[in-house]
Order: sequence, then C-alpha cells, then structure tokens
Amino acid sequence: MHNPQLNAHGELQHLLSLDGLPREILTAILDTAEPFTEVAEREIKKLPILRGKSIFNLFFENSTRTRTTFEIAAKRLSADVINLNVATSSTNKGETLLDTVDNLCAMQADMFVVRHASSGAPYLIAEHLHNTRRHDIHVINAGDGRHAHPTQGLLDMYTIRHYKQDFTGLVVAIVGDVLHSRVARSQIAALTTLGVPEVRVIGPKTLMPTDLNKLGVRVFHDMREGLRDVDVVMMLRLQNERMSGPLLPSGQEFFKVWGLTPEKLAVARPDAIVMHPGPMNRGVEIDSAVADGTQAVILPQVTFGIAVRMAVMSMLGSN
Amino acid sequence: MKIHIANGRLIDPAHDIDQQQDVYIARGKIVGIGSAPDDFVATQTIDATGKIICPGLVDLAARLREPGFEYLATLESEMEAAMAGGVTSLAIPPDTDPPLDEPGLVEMLCYRAKKLNRAHVYPVGALTERLEGKRLSEMAELVDAGCVAFSQANTPIVDTQVLFCALQYAATFGYRVWLQPIAPRFGHEGVAHDGEVATRLGLPGIPTAAETIALFTYIELARLTGAKLHITRLSSAEGLALVRAAKAEGLDITCDVSINHLHLSDMDIGYFNAHCRLNPPLRSQRDRDALQAALATGDIDALCSNHSPIDDDAKQVPFSEAEPGATGIELLLPLALKWGQSHKLSLLETLRRVTINPARIIGSKAGQLSLGARADICIFDAEGETTVTRERLRSQGKNTPFLGHNLPGKVCYTVVEGKVMYAEP
Amino acid sequence: MPQLPDADTLFAALIEQMAPHVNDDTALVGIYTGGAWLAERLHEALGIRHPLGTIDVSFYRDDYAAKGLHPQLRRSDIPFDMEGRSVILVDDVLFTGRTTRAALNELFDYGRPARVDLAVLVDRGERQLPIAARFCGHTLATPLGGKQNLQLEKADNGSLSLRLIDA
Repeated sequence: MHNPQLNAHGELQHLLSLDGLPREILTAILDTAEPFTEVAEREIKKLPILRGKSIFNLFFENSTRTRTTFEIAAKRLSADVINLNVATSSTNKGETLLDTVDNLCAMQADMFVVRHASSGAPYLIAEHLHNTRRHDIHVINAGDGRHAHPTQGLLDMYTIRHYKQDFTGLVVAIVGDVLHSRVARSQIAALTTLGVPEVRVIGPKTLMPTDLNKLGVRVFHDMREGLRDVDVVMMLRLQNERMSGPLLPSGQEFFKVWGLTPEKLAVARPDAIVMHPGPMNRGVEIDSAVADGTQAVILPQVTFGIAVRMAVMSMLGSN
Repeated sequence: MKIHIANGRLIDPAHDIDQQQDVYIARGKIVGIGSAPDDFVATQTIDATGKIICPGLVDLAARLREPGFEYLATLESEMEAAMAGGVTSLAIPPDTDPPLDEPGLVEMLCYRAKKLNRAHVYPVGALTERLEGKRLSEMAELVDAGCVAFSQANTPIVDTQVLFCALQYAATFGYRVWLQPIAPRFGHEGVAHDGEVATRLGLPGIPTAAETIALFTYIELARLTGAKLHITRLSSAEGLALVRAAKAEGLDITCDVSINHLHLSDMDIGYFNAHCRLNPPLRSQRDRDALQAALATGDIDALCSNHSPIDDDAKQVPFSEAEPGATGIELLLPLALKWGQSHKLSLLETLRRVTINPARIIGSKAGQLSLGARADICIFDAEGETTVTRERLRSQGKNTPFLGHNLPGKVCYTVVEGKVMYAEP
Repeated sequence: MPQLPDADTLFAALIEQMAPHVNDDTALVGIYTGGAWLAERLHEALGIRHPLGTIDVSFYRDDYAAKGLHPQLRRSDIPFDMEGRSVILVDDVLFTGRTTRAALNELFDYGRPARVDLAVLVDRGERQLPIAARFCGHTLATPLGGKQNLQLEKADNGSLSLRLIDA
C-alpha cells in the first residue's frame, strides 16, 4: 500500500505518524535536529530557511502549548505563521474540514500543522492534497485523536538519544493511560523502529488497548514489576475527565497505584531518566519530588522539541 | 411481449438445474423451459450464447433511502442500480425517516416501487414504533400492508423486556424477526473492530463480544418465545459459532453476511479509508475466512449487499466521523462470483446464496425459474468483468471499498415480470 | 587539466600574509568542511588567542529551496563573543562567493563583529557576488568552468591536498 507520508523518491512528504516510517528517516530527523539546538543560544535566534513560506497552524482542538512550540519553530525558520483556531470558527458555519483546507490552499499555504480530535484527520487532508495535485503543500500532524503525535514522539527519541546515546541496549517503560494516548502510540512506534529491545507499558487494564502486545511491547500492571531496571521512564498525561468514571475510580487511587514516586522510581536503574509530555498533573501521574528531581528531563524535552520541529519543517520544506 | 431467451446455460439452484436450455416468457411468466409452448411466437429473441440464465437476484438488505433521505438516493436511482446488478427482489430495512412503522408508509413505498416497475420490494417493518425499542409496532397491520418480517435495523433494543415481548408477539403470528447482533450498551462508541488495527490507528474499538453478547440474548429469547429469527450481517467467527450451535439445537434461525464482510477485513482500513467504515465493523482476517467458509457450508444461508448509499459529504471526513455503510447492490453478483471462484464452488451453489436462499428467508416465491413462475431473470456473462468506478455505478451512492476493483461477471440483461428492464450498454 | 599547487606550499604563503595582521583581538571561523580543517591548522600556526569557531552555512544557503538540506548537517559553534571582534573567515576555495555570503549572514546572527576578513587557500575566480579575499594562497589563472569542483581533502594522516572532481 502507498505510504501517504512519502513522496515518489521515498522522501518525507508529510509527517503524519511514526508508525510505518523507516528507521533511516527517523534517524535523519534526529540528526537534522542536532544543529538546530544551537540556534537557541544565538543572539538572533532565526534562520532564513523558510523565508517567505506560509505555515498554517490548523487547530481543530485547542492546545495553546503545542501550538506555541510549532509557532516558535516556524518563526525561528523565518516562516510566516498563521494561527487558526478552527474549533471556534468555521465548523460552526457548516464548513467541512476539506472546505477549510481548500480555502487556505487558495491563500497559498505551504504547510499545515494540524491538530484534530479525530484519529486520521491529517491523513484525510494529505489524501485530499494528493488527489487535487497540490504536491508542494506539506502536512504535519500535531496530534490526531488517539492515533499519533509524531513530533512529540520524535522529541522524546531525541531526548533519550541525548542522555543515553544508543537505543539498542535500553529498557523503556511507558506509564499510564495508553488507551487514549496518541503520544504513547508514537513513542511505541519510534522506540520499536529505532531498535529498543524492550519496551514496556504499565497501567490498569482499563487503560490498555486490545492487542497492545502485537505492537511489540510487554504489558505490565504492577509498577514495581514494570519499572524494574528500566533506563527510561516515560509518563503519560491522564486527562481530568478520565480520572473518575468507568475506567478509574479516582485520581488519588491512580496516584497511589501508578503515580511515579521516588520509592517506585528506586527500582529503576539509578541513572534512569524520567520524561513527561506535559502538562503534568502533579499528584496524579507524578510526585513533585520526581518531577523536580535530578532524574527528570522534562524541561530539556521542551527545548529539544523546538529543534525537532524546526528539523521536520525544514526537511519537509525542501522535499 | 413474448421473449425467447436462446442458447444460454440455465442455472436454477431451487431445482438443481444447470443445463443448456432455452427459456420462453409470455404475459410476465415463464411459459416454457427447454421447449416452447404450442403457438409461441417470440416478439423478442435474446441470444444468450455463452451466457448464464439464472433467477433474478434476491437481496436481503437494500436501503433505497425513501422516505426521508431522498438527498442520498431515490427509488428511481437505486432501482436503476438494482437492474444493472441483476437484482429483481429486495428486502428493505425499516430505518427510513420516518421508519417503516406505519401501514400507510409501507403501502406508499410499495405503491411507488410498483409504479416504477423495476425490482420487487419486500419491506421489513419496524419491530418497535420509531425503532425506539419501547412500544411494539402494529405488526399484523404492517403485514397486511406488505411487510415480510420485522427488524430494528441498526438500532438494538436496550430494554430486554421489550425485546422479549416483541419476539413473543411476533411468534404469535409466526413472523420472522430480523435482528442485527449489536449489544446496545457495549462498544457502542467504537468505530472499528477492537483489535490490533484499531489499537495501532487509535480508533475506538467495537469488541467481538458486542456481537456475541447480543447473540446470546437473542438466542436465549428465541428459545423462550419460539420466535423465528433471522440474524443479519454476521461479522465474527465467534458470532457464527453461536448461530451454528443454535441451528444445530433445532431453533428456527437463519443468517446472512454482507458482501463487504465476506471479502474484507480491518486490514483494509489501511490509512483510515472511510469506505471501510461499516456497521458492523470489518473484523479480522480470521473472521473473514470463517465467514467465507460458513457461507460455503451453508451455515450462513445468504449473501446480501447491505446496500447503503451515502454521499461524499458523509464520507470525506475523518474515519470516526464518517457515516457507516457502502453502496453495493450492483456488486452483489460479481462479489458472489468472486467468492464462489475462490472456494471452487459451482455456479449453481454460488447462485443459491443470492437467489433461492434469501427468497426463502423473505418467504417469497422469488429466486427460482419454474413453469408458471414470475419471469424475473438475470442473464450474465460469467467470463466478463465488472470494473467498479464512480462513473459506472448507477447508484446515487458512489462510496464502496471496492472502488477501482475488477470483479468477475458482467450482467447482460435483467428481466422483470417478462420485460427487459436492463440491457448491457 | 591545470597543474594543482601543493596545499602545504599555499598554506605557508597564507600564514606569511596573515601573520602581520593577527593580534589578541583576532578570532578565526572556519566554514565546514574544508575551511574548518584549514582554520584548525591556521589557528595553531598563528597562535590565535580566542578559541576556534566553525560554522555550517547550510541553513543560510540561497539554493536551499532547490537542493534541500544537506543530509549531514554540522552544528555551528562560535565559542567566543562575536560583539566587537575582528574575525577572519576561513574557507578552502573561493568560487562564486555564495558560500561566503551565507557565512557572513550567519556570523551576524551571533552579534556585530568589528570587522570580517576572508582567507582562502585558492581563489578559482568566476565570482557571482562582489566578494574578495584579503588573504589568498593562490589564484588560478584559467577558469575551470562549472564542470569541475575544486576542494580540499584531508588524508588519514592529517595532511591536506587539493583535488579536482567532476561535478
């Protein structure tokens, strides 16, 4: 089947998901991000790479934080950034997703950064661009439903490589609400593609999707068992609305059993790093002592995120 | 109008006939098979050399979208599609707007269909008023108006007490109740089979148990009430096993599968192909293989198109938001042939699943070619090919997972009550 | 094919030209890849006080849209304060002037240097921009045309040599 992310030359045309991308492309993105980290240290934090290009942040679901990181990345590449909060504008007027896309194409968009509540929405846009022969317009998935958040997955891989150098000897644990997490799916796809020999997921059965083991991970329900001797702990965010209901009794109980505390972290390797995609729920997923502790690399993740997004944008812009 | 269909190979599964025989039609009926009656002078002769002559196909589920959804399709457009597909009898699910819960509506639908003079329609009435699962519909009145059975379409009854009573009441008259096995409050927020594909794509899942839980309930209630059941659109190997066991037990249960579930699995969703958003969901390849095998052994009685025309606006949206369903009436014969070929079945056995078997479920005399029978006939070229494109589909709905496929078989003529209503262009 | 001059000879000539103009305020910045090797040796030979800077001008190239990013990007590294510094930009070969233009743009994103000079091993002519080298080891008498690339190569033992490669 044709992979809609790649062009006829096997280069990245869109970034929609990490699942199905070859290892060489993942590595190339991480390698390209490397020199971009240095730009933040300059007096003038701007490169002329995307000068004159228009990047539309098309957010059908509100997320100020994610939108901001894409905006910073695009602006550091000298692109013109237009933010569209579609959640509150055109859908109310009966305009379809593809109507909106057609309209923005008519405004000479060069790139779309798409956040949508439905899994697969960026694929629909990419397919539409393909069918209408607009091959010079690129799509970056900034999170679709439960499906994927590829730039988050990439910045997580960048962070792991930064601290651990090599992927091939690592044990990595992903903790929390995997069922609803697009971040977890992108992390699993990237970790398995990059050759991490053991990827674990830890959480209650209610938050584990069916056949998760077929994605190449080991499923644990007990924290101390799952965290034993791991090199990397990746915490997931638990959405407020899921803390009580049919999936979980309460945020407190979740913290008691699956919250990352110094005691639970102690069974991991002493040099294990702790990651979180943010924003954190302190006292639900993670204890403040861990979040602010020496093993946490949560703020470097944010910094690396800018460089990774710059790398993705500049690679797409040149393919 | 007297028609002589000459030189064709006649296949009539109802009578286990498969031989070179001419067919003679007069006054809308079959008046001769093999030899012409005395004094027969044909006004039209159809040369069927190298072609198959079989009963017009019988489809257990064709949504014509009237009344209520005329923007999606009309009787006119969908009847043309049926003719192009060689389908001459169709059962119509009650999920129109308003639903088929009033005798007047059913009469109007039958009247409209009769005036068009294309396929014969067999309305399936709503089991409960407005399909709400609260009050019983006037079943006896609806049967007088033309309904052949009762169903909830895709809206399961939440209150088991009501379902129990509905089955009891239907059993009072011996009406068959057609039920789609959907648990009303389990997996109802899902959009794809709950398995590896849905997990990978981050699509909310519909577990197989949503089908089996419903079947356990239906079968137990059938035991209690003695109601005759027809299970529509089986999707899983597990569900199939339950129906098979119920049949073995001696319960009066029949079942069908759709062309989509017979040929596709959740793998075909690929990168969020909204054409594969169906109800029930496409399940695993293992399930599909089990359905294919069961249709061959006869555990599944009939194959249907589950024809559901849907417009582009409802499909060109993200997968989860897409309207479930696909157009299919024109693909019923080609997809039956494709299945038959892959299972090395004779044409006779293949055609049985789309002619006499579904006709018996409806309780109609359609689906067979005997002397004196209504002359509903499909003539097709088994060696021909049907290419599925938006342009060639006559249905107003252009959305099907089979777009772009080349399928075996090509309908050449469709005859309804002795009149040629479709001739291959 | 013209006889290529010996890199070590040119290197010596370059040092001779540059030495009188180097002081405590001078900083060297080499352009990846050949210019960085050259700058490394100049830095040592001239006893430059400020640590050596290196830049990859890929981000600033004017043919980015046509050629895309180079697959092996290097991290630019300016380990001294650019503000008010006297900078000598070092490259192996001066040709169209576009690389120098990109390098100048990049330098100024680190701050405002007092002055910038250009040192190259070879000037092959055929300029497309108004740029000239203050220090130059050798100037080719006859243009090579667009069919050949002239570049500095580094052997395993660290010795540098010039080579012509068909474009």
